[in-house]
Amino acid sequence: MSKIRIATTSLAGCFGCHMSFLDMDERLVALLEHVEFNRSPFTDIKHCGPCDIGLIEGGVCNVENVHVLREFRENCKILIAVGACAINGGVPAMRNHFHLRECLEEAYVNGVGVENPQIPNDVELPLLLDKVHPIHDVVRVDYYLPGCPPSADEFLKILGDLLAGKEPSLPQNLLHYD
Amino acid sequence: MSADTKQNPITQNTITIDGQEIPFQAGQTIMDAALAAGVYIPHLCHRQGLTPHGSCKLCVVDIASRSVSSHNSDRRLQAKFPADADSRSASACTMPAVAGQQISNNTPALNEVRKTITQMLFIEGNHICPSCEKSGDCTLQAMAYHLGMLDGHFPQFFQRREVDASHPTIMLDRDRCILCELCVRASREVDGKNVFAIAGRGINAHLIVNSASGKLVDSDLETSDLAAHICPVGAILIKEHGYEVPIGQRTFDLHQVSEIGLEKTILTKVRQPDE
Repeated sequence: MSKIRIATTSLAGCFGCHMSFLDMDERLVALLEHVEFNRSPFTDIKHCGPCDIGLIEGGVCNVENVHVLREFRENCKILIAVGACAINGGVPAMRNHFHLRECLEEAYVNGVGVENPQIPNDVELPLLLDKVHPIHDVVRVDYYLPGCPPSADEFLKILGDLLAGKEPSLPQNLLHYD
Repeated sequence: MSADTKQNPITQNTITIDGQEIPFQAGQTIMDAALAAGVYIPHLCHRQGLTPHGSCKLCVVDIASRSVSSHNSDRRLQAKFPADADSRSASACTMPAVAGQQISNNTPALNEVRKTITQMLFIEGNHICPSCEKSGDCTLQAMAYHLGMLDGHFPQFFQRREVDASHPTIMLDRDRCILCELCVRASREVDGKNVFAIAGRGINAHLIVNSASGKLVDSDLETSDLAAHICPVGAILIKEHGYEVPIGQRTFDLHQVSEIGLEKTILTKVRQPDE
């Protein structure tokens, strides 16, 4: 039987969910008997091929996030929103209460200790969106894995259910938002 | 009370919740009777000893109609759960217990509706659990766990709400307020102070402070008041104590929201050393 193909990415996130995934430690070895990674920070593959499962960490805060997210949706049979930021915007979405210009000025112009104050505008930088969005604002999402971050046990449970061909479900002791 | 019910001791002063017969005393609500009997009906705005408010609607139960009604205006029941069309929905915390009531409480249909209500509470406010010091002690969060909420489902409102950090020992963060009025009632009925009220209607409803400046620092609120401790979410917090108990060892890390009598534990922060 061919391996289940998984792609992962971090959009407007902190990579904490990816770190938590790696907290599986030696259980990763057993998991890799059944799965292989496509596009992911784990592999450094830059674009997504056809996959069975896509794990999305982080919300959507810039144009590049939108492109990456759509690429994942087009290529992944099952898309999972992983962690608080992907599900409701999380901490990055706290900027939604302010104008984008206010945020940029606070960070790059008026911030304490800023030298040569200027708002970055290099063409290489992805354009920021006015607001940070949960990923289900942009694409259809099949399952949600809450937590900040979700524990390795949660990842194993949801992937285990999917590998077994079952509808994923989280027992109450694994469900948490912090 | 009719002669019929007087002759039948089984239906006299008892109600039935999910098939379990429960006694009640005259004047009790369905919620009072249920809690006294150790039956959990989900609730956020109810607290024993305070006047019922009936605003959070988490305690919605279905009460079977004794007379069969052919017209039911509840579209939810008609659309999703046609089998329940002969019952009416009511909030258990405000509905008086009446002998012989047949009540459905812990059903998949009602819990699904409750989950939807909880999702709406989440998306209307700014409930960013990872950045909230109430996380783990928050009844709204615990309710969402209890109901198996995985996402907010609806678009986030991202409302901008005013934070009042003026008081030296008490914090008011309206981002997390769910308008349950527990602080309003606690201040009025227990503390005898009238510090809080709700102003505005609909989406503009918000918690206000009874002081000339509108700021907490100019109000009569003290840390010894019930109103300063009763908040089920992280809207009213005592400053400088937020992280005394680490995440992972907090009330709802160790307990289910459905455990009866937990309110006292939360309020007094009593924890066993071995917990």
